[in-house]
Amino acid sequence: MTDDYEHYEAVVVGAGPGGAAAAATLARNGVETLVLERGVDAGSKNVSGGLIYAEESSPYTIDELFPGFREEASDREVTEHYIHNVAGREVKTFDLGELHHHDTEWADSVLRRKMDSWLAREVHEMTRETGGGLLTEVRVNGLLREGAEIVGVTCDELDPIEADVIIAADGVNSELARDAGLMDWEEPDEWFQGVKAVVDMPEGAIEGRFDVDGDEGVAHLFSGDLFENVRGGGFLYTNDESLSIGTVFHLDSIADERAEPQELLDNLLTHPLLTDWLGGEYDELEYSAKLVPDSKKVAHPSPYRDRLLLVGDAAGQMQAQGPIIKGMNHAVTAGALAAEAFVDARSRGDTDAAGERYVAKLEAEGVMDKLRPTRYRTLGKLGEVGPVASAMDAVTDSVVGRAAISALGDRAESLFNSPFLMGMLPDTRMGYVTVPTVIAEELGEPVDGLNTVEPPELDDRIGDLTYDVDEGNPHIELRDNAFAASGTAVTACPVSAEDFGGGCYRDEYVGTNGTEEHVVSLDTQPCVECGTCAVVADTDWTHPRGGKGVEYERG
Amino acid sequence: MHTVVLTKGVPDFREGQVSFDDDGHLERGKTPTVMNPNDRHALRAALQTKVRNGGTVSLMSMGPPGYMEVLQEGMRDVYADDLYLLSDREMGAADTWATAMTVATGIQKLADPPDLVFAGFKTADGETGHTGPQTEWCLDMPLVTHVISLDIAEDEGILRAKRLVEGDVEEIETVEAPLPAFVVADPEFEPTYRRADHRLRHKDLRETAGDRADEFGEYLDDGSDLDPTDWDRFTMWDHAALNLDPDYIGLDGSPTIVAGVDPIPKAPSEREATVVDPNDDAAMGGVVEELAPYAGGD
Repeated sequence: MTDDYEHYEAVVVGAGPGGAAAAATLARNGVETLVLERGVDAGSKNVSGGLIYAEESSPYTIDELFPGFREEASDREVTEHYIHNVAGREVKTFDLGELHHHDTEWADSVLRRKMDSWLAREVHEMTRETGGGLLTEVRVNGLLREGAEIVGVTCDELDPIEADVIIAADGVNSELARDAGLMDWEEPDEWFQGVKAVVDMPEGAIEGRFDVDGDEGVAHLFSGDLFENVRGGGFLYTNDESLSIGTVFHLDSIADERAEPQELLDNLLTHPLLTDWLGGEYDELEYSAKLVPDSKKVAHPSPYRDRLLLVGDAAGQMQAQGPIIKGMNHAVTAGALAAEAFVDARSRGDTDAAGERYVAKLEAEGVMDKLRPTRYRTLGKLGEVGPVASAMDAVTDSVVGRAAISALGDRAESLFNSPFLMGMLPDTRMGYVTVPTVIAEELGEPVDGLNTVEPPELDDRIGDLTYDVDEGNPHIELRDNAFAASGTAVTACPVSAEDFGGGCYRDEYVGTNGTEEHVVSLDTQPCVECGTCAVVADTDWTHPRGGKGVEYERG
Repeated sequence: MHTVVLTKGVPDFREGQVSFDDDGHLERGKTPTVMNPNDRHALRAALQTKVRNGGTVSLMSMGPPGYMEVLQEGMRDVYADDLYLLSDREMGAADTWATAMTVATGIQKLADPPDLVFAGFKTADGETGHTGPQTEWCLDMPLVTHVISLDIAEDEGILRAKRLVEGDVEEIETVEAPLPAFVVADPEFEPTYRRADHRLRHKDLRETAGDRADEFGEYLDDGSDLDPTDWDRFTMWDHAALNLDPDYIGLDGSPTIVAGVDPIPKAPSEREATVVDPNDDAAMGGVVEELAPYAGGD
């Protein structure tokens, strides 16, 4: 180890809400804090479904850490919440207000570029006063070790940096979590994949089409038979002047069904139910995608090693509470708790104890039980056992099941609004597809309207994104290009598709010495850095260097 | 650490910007003036020094009052603290020697003597590459040219540089020189900021310098009540202020005699061309006849 390395008391990797919360808490406590962000701007690498929650039970919320947040960085307060059960044109809508308001102080729609860049400016000012600051276009590529112990970070753009604590808020594709052995990308069933379109709305259209006031918003969720049996659902959130419309599916389901994510999104966009909301003109501003950890399976119970503490997606901290997904608020809470743990440890002259203190705080504040609910572990998981799942699915779709649902009628709405039930719902076809479809068929009404939306082709969606390609330095390499090993990426990658030559992955037949091999080829230029292929294909996957790759304008 | 950067305004030679009279002479009045492109490398070297070692940067130029805009541009690029313009009619039409004499005198007049002086590698109009080294000769400093990377060890009072030595094979030479020194930056100079604290300081400077350059722009605006010279970080010196004898500066002090001016060749697209049909044997025979004298290497 050389004495020449720069040293900061704290290095925070990633300037999303988790990193911002950590950095703000550290700075407020006078900790010299350096924040490193790989995008050209905070938020340029980030995508979210679109709602950030402030939970009543949480010890930290984003607006408490950053006064002015809601005025400056978020879009609309979502005050209405619905779920639409769909079977063809039959739709049965339930008001999810009760579930939505459970433990919720407020929930705002956000676009990540706007939100994160505002947070980053605040964080830079706060951390600069400690002798640190926030730097963009710096990719932290690994951990600096002294012997076997983690003592800092290594970067593409800077010399190694030592720190007393490293808070990794570097997202779902965290290279630091992987380097520390705290995360792997082996199992598709541990991940969701989200795909989103941001759609322009003419002035006044949101108020008129969604019947809300100028500062209020609405959330619509969708499930049933409109996603070709893939397990997951859709969402629509109203932003200030646009809509965030997307889908979230279990990645194993997308892989198994050989589904094309962009086509499933198009199924939602073109459904008659959306006719009035989208209007006659469809102007898609941005197409994006990301992986989402299924916290029930991967929220790390002990997310630290040596001086490294993981927060947010990097620690698998994303809660799927039935149809409601909460990620950013948990990242905020965890970031602040990680910082608080370091401050406590430092004040006792034992900074090495920060990790243990962080875990204790996650448990004591009830974060871990929200992420990995006990009732899911005892009941929900059982429902995912193959024969049990099949049996439950068959019963739901049977005469008996249909009769029960018909008898329930609108009382089914109260079941959807039960946080208790939603917390132990098994992640099976029954919950996402069968029950909603049967509800729609038994209780639904046909929707009118002729949806004339023509979603853009995939090459147009890719073509509208901003890229700074790192020529000659691809950030993904195929370890095994055999179709059997990596072919799933052709369909599961949100910027690739069968019979489409302009995406990341293509399947090809290559003739050699009289034999023909079915292989996969890769071009990383259109990559949106979601990480899907790292899970479903055999690849070496890293982030592009600082500032390189895709740059989201909205996120 | 006080750094001085020399910069010059040159005609904007980009396509569509240059005006010539009927004799093919450059019409300076109709051609916009911009910062000499090679000076940007010197500016980057100075910025790297300021970011890494702290201190202040002064920009200095000799020329008409309109060069203030060039200095302002440099201020935005290099986050300069002070601007100096050496300007009056007696300094006009100077060759490289008279310019070097004037600029060296300006540098010697600075209240805070520089630790480093940076110059770019030749100007886009004269292309002699003389002015930097001649200024250095007047100042009697160590000279390091063709610098492509630079480190300043302030505590040791030296600079360490890598310089590009062009020959049959390009070589990179590592040299040391005591401060104060004169550095000519090569076009291949690349600043490097490998420490977070350097980048943070760079970010601080970018914010403050942008505001300062904008503020300076207000003084250049005709609508402002203030004269640019009222700005406390801007200094304009004439020959009297520098105590220079008019016989030794400007045109009178320039030993260079211009023997003549060659017209600038027309751009390739404006040259006459004859389209030849490759199937026309007679026409192709004419082409071969035209090319034949060159076949033997003539």
